[in-house]
Amino acid sequence: MGIDLDTRFLEEKARKLRRNIIRMIAAARSGHPGGSLSAIDILTYLYFLRMRIDPSNSSWPDRDRFILSKGHCSPALYAVLAERGYFPEEHLWTLREIGSILQGHPDMRKTPGVDMTTGSLGQGLSCGVGMALGGRLDHKGFRVYVMVSDGELQSGQVWEAAMAASQFKLDHLIAIIDNNLIQSDGVTRTVIDIEPAEERWSSFGWEVWRINGHSFAEIDAAFENCQALHGKPHVIIADTVKGKGVSFMENSVKWHSGPPSGEEEQAALRELSGVGRHD
Amino acid sequence: MIEAQPNRVVYGRTLVELGESNPRIVVLDADVPKSTNTSQFQERFPDRFFNVGIAEQNMMGIAAGLATTGKIPFASTFAVFATMRACEQVRTSIAYPRLNVKIVATNAGVENYGDGVTHQAVEDLAIMRAIAHMVVLSPSDPITTRLATLAAARYHGPVYMRLGRNPNNVVHDKDVKFEIGKMIVLREGCDVTLIATGRCVEQALIAAEKLALTGVQARVLDCHTIKPVDSAEILRSARETAGIVTAEDHNIIGGLGGAVCEVVASECPTVVRRVGLADRFASSGRGYAKLLSHYHIDATEITKYAEEVLARRSCSPAPRP
Repeated sequence: MGIDLDTRFLEEKARKLRRNIIRMIAAARSGHPGGSLSAIDILTYLYFLRMRIDPSNSSWPDRDRFILSKGHCSPALYAVLAERGYFPEEHLWTLREIGSILQGHPDMRKTPGVDMTTGSLGQGLSCGVGMALGGRLDHKGFRVYVMVSDGELQSGQVWEAAMAASQFKLDHLIAIIDNNLIQSDGVTRTVIDIEPAEERWSSFGWEVWRINGHSFAEIDAAFENCQALHGKPHVIIADTVKGKGVSFMENSVKWHSGPPSGEEEQAALRELSGVGRHD
Repeated sequence: MIEAQPNRVVYGRTLVELGESNPRIVVLDADVPKSTNTSQFQERFPDRFFNVGIAEQNMMGIAAGLATTGKIPFASTFAVFATMRACEQVRTSIAYPRLNVKIVATNAGVENYGDGVTHQAVEDLAIMRAIAHMVVLSPSDPITTRLATLAAARYHGPVYMRLGRNPNNVVHDKDVKFEIGKMIVLREGCDVTLIATGRCVEQALIAAEKLALTGVQARVLDCHTIKPVDSAEILRSARETAGIVTAEDHNIIGGLGGAVCEVVASECPTVVRRVGLADRFASSGRGYAKLLSHYHIDATEITKYAEEVLARRSCSPAPRP
């Protein structure tokens, strides 16, 4: 565990960001709450603790990069970018509005802090391979983090990228699978199963870590380990809960996509207010 | 006198020229570097060359990622795979974010005569032209291929360039001026206009010679930039000559012919006849010239169409204002 891991700080941040995710999707009247909520703990950790970034200089050439290949979970990314100061929080309530800097899916040309345009599932890891190659050519030490979803692993391009990353020995490339077990049409296992994920990634030449994606201690340990091991790309299979943090959204296919009603929004925000919680 | 040589060979040589002076140039290929001629760069700059294997979609994504780090990636494979197998990757990961990637595709049109439809691309111009932010180039000869490659590297943003496979004769002076978006006037004439791209430019020149024998003065334009197309030059020809014949080794739908029709239809209605593959797939053949003449993509057809355009003018009721 990193010496300065402040679990309480991260938990409080993540709770605030979950509230913002709910409010953004409610304001936009559309979006993907389930996968945003499952991803936000890891995003909070990356942007507040792990990544070498400078929010006042979002195009700093030496910065670490993050690619949200599961781009439909943009509310999670936007919430954490605003909280880190890349842009004022009031933009969050313009999500999906015409002319907003916050498009339905991440747009690197419109949103400060977004490192790659994504949203068409399957494409992000290839872009991460390119970034990692570019960094290595210039002898820069930056790392490239790419978050993919479990369902996204059904896309063939992910495995093309996985083969290339191991062929090119990209040890500064770290893939994170937000394994929330649910995709658009149902439970991933019953659509096209991605398991045994550890064996599959390992056989593709990746160093595999499997963690609870909501435990900051486990998240920290996994990313710390990635820094230490050289010569191979890393994948962190993060077992997560779809809709994590809002009881009626948890583990529910229904909340893959779609906004909460006014009442549901209030109920979700009450749950996420921290009142009556014992943590 | 420069000898005939395939444009792809010139492309490979120009990549090396670029690589010598610019360390930001990197090259990717999907397992066909000997054919696309990126192998010349591969040998000279192995550290800046990436063969990604038979994985064109991945190649486009990697090129996009490299571009975000300030590199100028040239990604090459056959046109059929660059524009169709990896179409959405080109659109979403490269064109939409305006990344500085150059997609240079060989074996366009029916130039790969022997392999047949699976390795021919007669739709690539139409597809790439419909993608916003994309510049689409189609040089005609070794001289303009070198200039187009250099211009693509200088231009900041996504570029698609189509090249063939077979030897190309030189049709331009060695000091010809090449500018993206500006057609090159190869021959002035006031009777009819022949606008051609790529391989067909040479056929248009042959057609113009034939027409001259019958007293017809044909204007010949090399349209090396399909997008942004040179509207001013098209409209000048629409106003000054009886009509336009376009010629391309491509489906007559959506490529050069389509682009020219779009311009004249809205600004200066003009008769346009399109030489190209008539919305069909081509067969395998045992020679490129044989295949072109079988599908009527040659000087004979261009000449015939030009004569038809002129005949139509002679029976039109009123002169053009």
